[in-house]
Amino acid sequence: MEVKVVKDILGANERIAERNRQLLDSNNVFAVNLMSSPGAGKTSLILQTLKRLKGKIRIGVIEGDVSSSLDAELVAKEGVPAVQINTGGGCHLDANMTSSALGNMPLKDIKLLLIENVGNLICPAEFALGEHRKVLISSIPEGDDKPFKYPLMFHQADAVLINKIDLLPYLKFDAQAFSRTIKKMNEKVKIIQISCTTGQGIEEWVSWLLKQIEKG
Amino acid sequence: MHELAITQSMLDLVLEQAQKAGARGVGKINLVIGEMTGVVEECVQFYFDFLSKGTAAEGAALSFTMVPTTARCRGCDKNFELKEFDWTCPYCQGNNMEIVAGKELFVESIEVE
Repeated sequence: MEVKVVKDILGANERIAERNRQLLDSNNVFAVNLMSSPGAGKTSLILQTLKRLKGKIRIGVIEGDVSSSLDAELVAKEGVPAVQINTGGGCHLDANMTSSALGNMPLKDIKLLLIENVGNLICPAEFALGEHRKVLISSIPEGDDKPFKYPLMFHQADAVLINKIDLLPYLKFDAQAFSRTIKKMNEKVKIIQISCTTGQGIEEWVSWLLKQIEKG
Repeated sequence: MHELAITQSMLDLVLEQAQKAGARGVGKINLVIGEMTGVVEECVQFYFDFLSKGTAAEGAALSFTMVPTTARCRGCDKNFELKEFDWTCPYCQGNNMEIVAGKELFVESIEVE
């Protein structure tokens, strides 16, 4: 006997993500899911963001890594609440892990939650966490062909930050072609060139972020 | 590697549906997977064989319908399959498109006994 199902395989994750979103909304917290390949600069961007927004807005950070609590310790030094999730080999965060981390986050005391996903351009694209925006960091040394290779990630991003832009003179990376490619299938995406080393573009990123929080 | 979590979710969904239908066993699972999801058939099969052991879905055949990434050109309104390194509309050379297929990831139906 054939039974019609037609149900999303990740429906269970979507439902938990929706609950996370409601919890965030009821606490008036705006969450950003930060994704990139390993080493593209997620933690550096978080540290730069904390520096710029210190005293302006209260921030909490969830750090997702396969193992270690190095990133959470680094972030906690800046005096913000930080919760580490170790996926124990898992290649992405999911809504359930995020839900546990939210339980350890003082949601009443923060306005912005930065969630650093596991470094990976494939798996995190599939798993909603309950975030309000998806931000993708793509760094110059990774090459300008990445949108073609990981289309889902680039397609879903609300913003793409091109990091390590200070290395542009030394590497073969066509920043214009890269942006054009992304815009072809993601018309509304915001693309910002940044360098977490020199600080270039960070002001623009932060002002975009603040605008998004206002919009909700 | 996301196939592990995806296969586990798929199995949970299949077992829930089989139980609802009062089935003793699952003979076949029909899956629809979009190319953009990057889900690899062989990986799903590998994890499924392992995860389904001792469940009502053990030994079930997996059937995959893969959906190519398809875009609709906002310029000329025609649909076309997205090529790997060329995202230009083949009809009007337009550069503004909307993805209309390729993100699917669902269980279409199951065959139960």
